[in-house]
Amino acid sequence: MNADIAHPARPARPDWLWHLGILAFLVAWGTVYRALPPFSEWVTALIPVERHSHTGEAVAFFFYDVPKVMMLLTLIVFVMGVVRSFFSPEKTRALLSGKREGIGNILSAGLGVLTPFCSCSAVPLFIGFVSAGVPLGVTFSFLIAAPMVNEVALVLLFGLVGWKVAMTYLAFGLGIAIVAGYVIGRLHLEGWLQDWVRDIHSGASAPALAEDEHPSMADRYRFGIAAVREIFGRVWVWIILGIGMGALIHGYVPEDLMVRIMGADAWWSVPVAVIMGIPMYTNAAGVIPIVEALLGKGAALGTVLAFMMSVIALSLPEMIILRQVLTLRLIAVFIGVVASGILAVGFLFNLIF
Amino acid sequence: MKIVKVYGSGCKRCQATEAMVKAAAEKLGIEVEVEKVTDPKSIAIAGVLSTPGISVDGKLVHAGGLPDATRLEGWLSA
Repeated sequence: MNADIAHPARPARPDWLWHLGILAFLVAWGTVYRALPPFSEWVTALIPVERHSHTGEAVAFFFYDVPKVMMLLTLIVFVMGVVRSFFSPEKTRALLSGKREGIGNILSAGLGVLTPFCSCSAVPLFIGFVSAGVPLGVTFSFLIAAPMVNEVALVLLFGLVGWKVAMTYLAFGLGIAIVAGYVIGRLHLEGWLQDWVRDIHSGASAPALAEDEHPSMADRYRFGIAAVREIFGRVWVWIILGIGMGALIHGYVPEDLMVRIMGADAWWSVPVAVIMGIPMYTNAAGVIPIVEALLGKGAALGTVLAFMMSVIALSLPEMIILRQVLTLRLIAVFIGVVASGILAVGFLFNLIF
Repeated sequence: MKIVKVYGSGCKRCQATEAMVKAAAEKLGIEVEVEKVTDPKSIAIAGVLSTPGISVDGKLVHAGGLPDATRLEGWLSA
């Protein structure tokens, strides 16, 4: 790399040193992770409350779940950061442009999970995709999957609820992104984009970013570390707040109340959960600990998942951003299609589990 | 005098990128004029898929995430 020769200021650590460092970290991680349950019992025992009282339960939950989730998050976000360094929006666009619907939607939803994405660049990405010949429905599959199926949501579900629910969330999240994108594509709503977007669409394609030189493995590790730093900077408050809330619900909310409001018998609870979720805006980190506690108190899985998906996938701030490129009619269709998918998942789950 | 454009909607990372460009230019003693492009249309036309993006004298050099400080200096002094 030319840049490194020109600026020898940064000591270039060899790749093997990085591999070794990562290995040492993994071993330390595993050791600490396994020591967590006895540690949390020990801390709880130090606090003068009855272990099986409400407060005792809440305290144990807090001291076990907070460190556990933080550790899982560190590991998975790092791994995903390294994986994402192999993908870029530019490469994804090249893969998706001109793809047929159907197969394109499946590919797009999958790439939505793997490509680095921030909702703050949803608009340039949307235009960049559509103007390069990525079909509208395929673009939507990407835009639905990218925020909904993210590693923070999956880690929290895995850590707090269990791997079965996490895997189901992954499968149904991808499913909604694929089907909703496909439906939007079938409706042929290209005419409902804002006028100026169509002008770019029919005009010359934008200049491409010069291809990067090949990053080394050390660069990819650095990318992973940056991802961990960034995610933690953004979500740690939410996690502690969320888990704190969860602990409170865990210890204090009476069980039959939740069963009545959010149990499987109350059919209307799913649509209510979806509608309530739209204006609410928090990231996965804030909502999932609450989800776990609600489940523990007898709320139905489908209702809770529908609520969670709605909070994450359909957020008012994101709609306002997308308003710049989509007409209100198209946004309404988008919300309608995605919300129907979430409703279906909610009802299905309440039926199955 | 180099004209550097920073593309971004005004999110935190975009502001950090602008600060990095200014700091790097000062360190290298290069005169730059930093222009912020926040309009989504202009960002898209420039070919930026993920923000923040940077162009130097009309050539797009970076898109997505904070730039690497060493490489940023490379682009500015090129």
